[in-house]
This record gives sequence, structure tokens and C-alpha cells, in this order.
Amino acid sequence: MSSIAHDPTHGHEHDHHAHHPSGVMRWITTTNHKDIGSLYLWFSFIMFLAGGVMALTIRAELFQPGLQIVQPEFFNQLTTMHGLVMVFGAIMPAFVGFANWQIPLMIGAPDMAFARMNNWSFWLLPVAAILLMGSFLAPGGASAAGWTLYAPLSVQMGMGMDMLIFAVHIMGASSIMGAINIVTTILNMRAPGMTLMKMPLFCWTWLITAYLLIAVMPVLAGAVTMLLTDRHFGTSFFNAAGGGDPVLYQHVFWFFGHPEVYIMILPAFGIVSQIIPTFSRKPLFGYASMVYATSSIAILSFIVWAHHMFTTGMPAAGQLFFMYATMLIAVPTGVKVFNWVATMWKGSMTFETPMLFAVGFIFVFTMGGFTGLICAITPIDIQIQDTYYVVAHFHYVLVAGSLFAIFAGTYYWLPKWTGHMYDEGLGRLHFWASIIFFNITFFPMHFLGLAGMPRRIPDYALQFADFNAIATVGAFGFGLSQLIFLAAVLKCVKGGQRRPQRSGTVRTDSSGPCPRQRPTIPSKLHRLSSKRCWLTGGPPWTGDQTSAPR
Amino acid sequence: MTGNRKMLIKLTVVAIGMFGFGFALVPFYDKICEVSGINNLLRADAVTNTQVDLARSVTIEFDANTHAMPWRFRPLESSIAVHPGQLTTVTYEVMNTLDRPVSGQAIPSYGPRNAAQYFRKLECFCFSKQTLAAGERRRMPVTFVVDSALPSDVGTITLSYTFFEVEGAVDRAAGSAVAQGGRS
Repeated sequence: MSSIAHDPTHGHEHDHHAHHPSGVMRWITTTNHKDIGSLYLWFSFIMFLAGGVMALTIRAELFQPGLQIVQPEFFNQLTTMHGLVMVFGAIMPAFVGFANWQIPLMIGAPDMAFARMNNWSFWLLPVAAILLMGSFLAPGGASAAGWTLYAPLSVQMGMGMDMLIFAVHIMGASSIMGAINIVTTILNMRAPGMTLMKMPLFCWTWLITAYLLIAVMPVLAGAVTMLLTDRHFGTSFFNAAGGGDPVLYQHVFWFFGHPEVYIMILPAFGIVSQIIPTFSRKPLFGYASMVYATSSIAILSFIVWAHHMFTTGMPAAGQLFFMYATMLIAVPTGVKVFNWVATMWKGSMTFETPMLFAVGFIFVFTMGGFTGLICAITPIDIQIQDTYYVVAHFHYVLVAGSLFAIFAGTYYWLPKWTGHMYDEGLGRLHFWASIIFFNITFFPMHFLGLAGMPRRIPDYALQFADFNAIATVGAFGFGLSQLIFLAAVLKCVKGGQRRPQRSGTVRTDSSGPCPRQRPTIPSKLHRLSSKRCWLTGGPPWTGDQTSAPR
Repeated sequence: MTGNRKMLIKLTVVAIGMFGFGFALVPFYDKICEVSGINNLLRADAVTNTQVDLARSVTIEFDANTHAMPWRFRPLESSIAVHPGQLTTVTYEVMNTLDRPVSGQAIPSYGPRNAAQYFRKLECFCFSKQTLAAGERRRMPVTFVVDSALPSDVGTITLSYTFFEVEGAVDRAAGSAVAQGGRS
């Protein structure tokens, strides 16, 4: 499986004589980690727009009380699909795209370990996406059970649910293959001399994320397989009448679901940990503690899942355990936030677009983290369970957390990927529009939730009208702001100013984008000074601010 | 690249193992519930406190539902008053309206929810699956004790049963055509 990509003679011949297919076939047959990275990123952007259109339909319906635009059944399908598309279609593939582009560059590997499997794990995704989106056309429409697919509701849905289950299977297989590829690449293919503790932090966070994926995606596959057999093959895992238990589904689901939220945030931590030192012109503060904090978050994520289920009637001892375990996660997360702030402390900071998004990330993500702590307190959680407070919380960590980090990383590495500088004006406009409209959209949801507005409802009581109107205005502003991002990326891909040259740094030789195929393993890390391009996925416009201590 | 291949095999084994672990959570969950006494829908409760509190009276309301089943199901009395600690038996009646045997399982629920742990059932038709022949009518007892530790603010407990059909429990080869018609 891996022999082709790593046979240096074959690989070179392939590249130099330009025998590789062109046009569409280039993209379908590619085993190049950069091509696949780009495919992942474009795929996730398309899914982001699709999920965004669903979100805007939801917000348009909630602009005022009463039913105006969609029927409640369709509304429920929209909330379900919005969640699934954004989680499995937008955020996760985007991070895999970053991993594909950056990890081989950062550790000095010629490509991913299993180049053909890499191709396969990407091309499974469009299949899953078509199945997922196609379920809207199924009799009875798409699944309307919420993105968590709780039994027994999900046992009762129509054919759309079956399509969704298969889509989850396929996406899960894709994620597992991607994760295996990343772990193998990082553990086996680092340049000589690059020890684990010298890796850029982005590689560390992805290594840990990949382990999480391998551990929990199969559990989700198991959960939806049980749903499938309950639906069609007469088993009763979640059917109380047959001796099963719907609460069991929630346990199995959240055993996957809680590590999943760290799968969506740890790579974001990694991206931000690359960007903050660059624009502060200081090495990352507390590199080792960052690694340990990331690992602790990952390990703790396995023992906190039932904090999603405080209202299922678990014993008080269980509630206390999961409450304290959850609050414990705030400690390593606090270490990370502290380290980012300490990196910026007394640094020569500049605020180009990637830094704006990274600082915006820290600011808004920390707010989401604090509302998470509030949700972790059992008696409060029982009050705010399934209200808009929870919606506000997880959008603060997933939109302002994961998504802003994805934007930051895109602006940060676009010059390296394309050889052109992005339009700084468009980038800043995108940042300010995003962060302002984001807060207009989601901040009022805290108030709605505290006042008791339930989530996943198409209509609501009159007293919630004002805040909902504000949130809808913000949502449309936020949605339209993303077109600025599209414009900035397209402009950068098509051309523009050459990326800046830095005199007197090691990177004077790497003004352009990295070539499509690179020489294989360099002999020694310290002899690579003239080939920095391969080794640092790093900042194109500054000096040598790698996050790893030398 | 044998190192990569070894790693691939190891990680694949881990992934397959975790798929199995998802299923292993099922018996594990059952065991936890059994050990901690949560969720024992199918077993008789143990009664430890047999002291009858004559000074107090609690109203028990009985409710009966079926979930998409061709059965008629009702309690013979809609409500009674009992003293905490007093052993009481009530009767439910169920009738199969189809001309084929049907199996069902009754699931109890309680209102208010926190009264559930004080409502001890010693005998109940919900402890096992009920199979009714075509057109059969059956009277089924429930014997219960309300624990006298019941919080004083609870004056009424609603005991609600819902019958769910257990599919495939009876031989349906003969009656499958009827089933399609009967359940539409």
C-alpha cells in the first residue's frame, strides 16, 4: 500500500517526467499529500456552506415567533443535518486537510505514510456527503432525531435515517484511515534528529487527536450499527419492550461524543500554538506543558461523557463523579490559555489576519470554556439542559474555537500553499465581520437559554422574540461574511503579490510554494538549513519562530 | 516500510477492538445497572420496611397505554388510597383484539419521577413478556408496597404502564398477512 509513495526512484521519475494525469483525473487519482490536503479543505468549505445554508434557514424561521418559512418536521431535519454536516463534513475534514498539508512538511517526511489509503480516505467523504444530503429526498425526509440520533426516536425514523447511518459508517471509516495514516506518519517518518519533543505543536495535537479518533470512531460505528439492527433486524439494544434501554444509547453515543469534541478542538489548539509565537516573535511559552496538557485533556475526555446526561436519572454519586471529572478538564485547558497569553507577554506583537483570528480564538473560546464549566455543574445543568444556553456554549467553542482556528491556519499557511500573499485587507475585513457578527448571533442565546427557551424548536413564546431577532440578524451577517473568506482565498490562489522574502533568515531559498514532490528523507536535521521549506510548515513572512525548542 | 505496515496492523487491530468495545458496553451497562440496582424493570423489588404508616394515606392512580398495539388494556380501578407500607394488589385487564397471537411487554413509569424508588412491586405482569392468543382476555395482578420513607410532599403517585409489541416473539408465519392489515 505504501511502497509506491516511498520508492524514491519511482516517485521522482513520476514527478520529473510529468507522467501524472492532468485535469480531473489528477485529483481523483492523486496520492500527493498536498493535493489531498487541498481536496479536504475545499470539501470542508463546500460542506461548511451547505451547513451554513441550513443554519440560516433555521435562523430565518426563528426570526419571529410562529411558523413562517418551514414546517416543524423539516425544521427538525435541518437542525439534525446542520449539526452532522458541520461536525463530520466541515470541521473534521478541514483539520485533516491541515494535517495532510502541514504534517509531512513539518516533520520532514516525503509524503503521508500510506499515500493510496490517503486518497481513499478522502474520496470516501464525497460519497458519504451525497448519501447524507440525499437523505433529504428520501421518503419522510432526512433524519430529524437531532445530531445525537438518540434512541428511541432514531429507531422510529424513515429511510433517511438508514442513509444517515451508512453515511456515518463511511465517514467513520474515512476518519479512522486518516487517523492511522497520521499516527504512522508522525511516529515512523520524522526526519532524523526530530525527536517527538522537537515536533511543532501542531503535530503533537494531531498525533493525540488521531489516537482519539482511532479509539472512539469505532464506538460511534458500533452505536449506529446497533441502531440499524434495532431498526431492521429485530434486536432490542435500545428498545425497552425487548429488554433494551434507550439510556444505553446515550452512554455509548457520548462515550464517542465527548472525545469527539476534543477531536474538533485539539488541532485548533495546535494551529493557534503555531501562530501565536510567530506574531509575538517569541518561542512558545511552556512547550512541554502544552504537550502534557493536550495529553491530559485527551485522557480525561474518556471519563466525562455522562455530563451530557445529568437529567437521565443517574445516581447522585455518578453525577458528582462526572461533574468533578469535567471540571478537572478546565485545569489543562487553563494551562494552555495561560501559555498562549504568556507567549504574547512582552512579545513584539503584530496583528495580521492569522494573529487576529488566533487572538480572537483565545478570547471567544475562553468564554465558551467558561460557559462549559457552568454547564458542568450538575444542578445548573439540570436547569439549562436542552436550552439555548447549551446552544450558545457549544457554538462558542466550535465556531469561535475550531472554525476561527481553521480560518487562522488558512490565512497563515495560504502563502506557503499558493506562493502568493493573501489580501490583507480582505482578511482583516473577514475577521472583524466574523467576530462581531458571531457575537451578535450567539451572545443573546445565553440570555434565551437562561430564560428557558428550549433548543430544537421551530416556534417559541413571545418573550423570546427580541433576542431571536437579534441572533438572526447576526447569523445572516456571519454567513455573508464567509463569502469574504471565499473571495480572499480565490484571490490568493489565482495570484497576487509574491509572498514576502525575508533577508538574513534561513528561509531565503524558499520564496515559492513548496514543490509538488520533494526529495525523500533528508539525512540529518541540522543539515537542512538550506531546505527549511520542507521542514517547517512555518510562517512565510517572519523569521524562524518555530514552536519547538532547539 | 515494514515499520509502517506493522503500525497499520496494530492501529487497525485497536480500531476493530474499539468497535467491539462499543458492543461490550451493552453487557457492561446491564451489569452496572444490576449491581447498583438502577433500572431493574424486570425484577421484583425487595421490601425492607414493612412498617405500615396508618397516619398517612397516599393516592395511587393507575394508567394504561398501548404503543401501536392491537390490545385493549385498562386497570379495573382507576385510583385507590393506600397507607405507606400496606401490601396492596390491583388488577389490570388486557385483551388481544386480533385473530392471531401477539406478544407484548409492559413498561412501567411513575409520576412524580422521584416517587419511583419508593414504589416497590412484588409481583407484576411487567416482569415478563405476555403472550395473548387470538382474542384472549387476561386479568393480571400487580402487588405493591409504597415505602413509608416516601417524602411527605408526595400525596399522589401515578403508576403508568405502556405495552409494547415484542416483534418476532410469536410465530408469525401464518398470520403475517393479517399483521400487515391489522397494524396499518
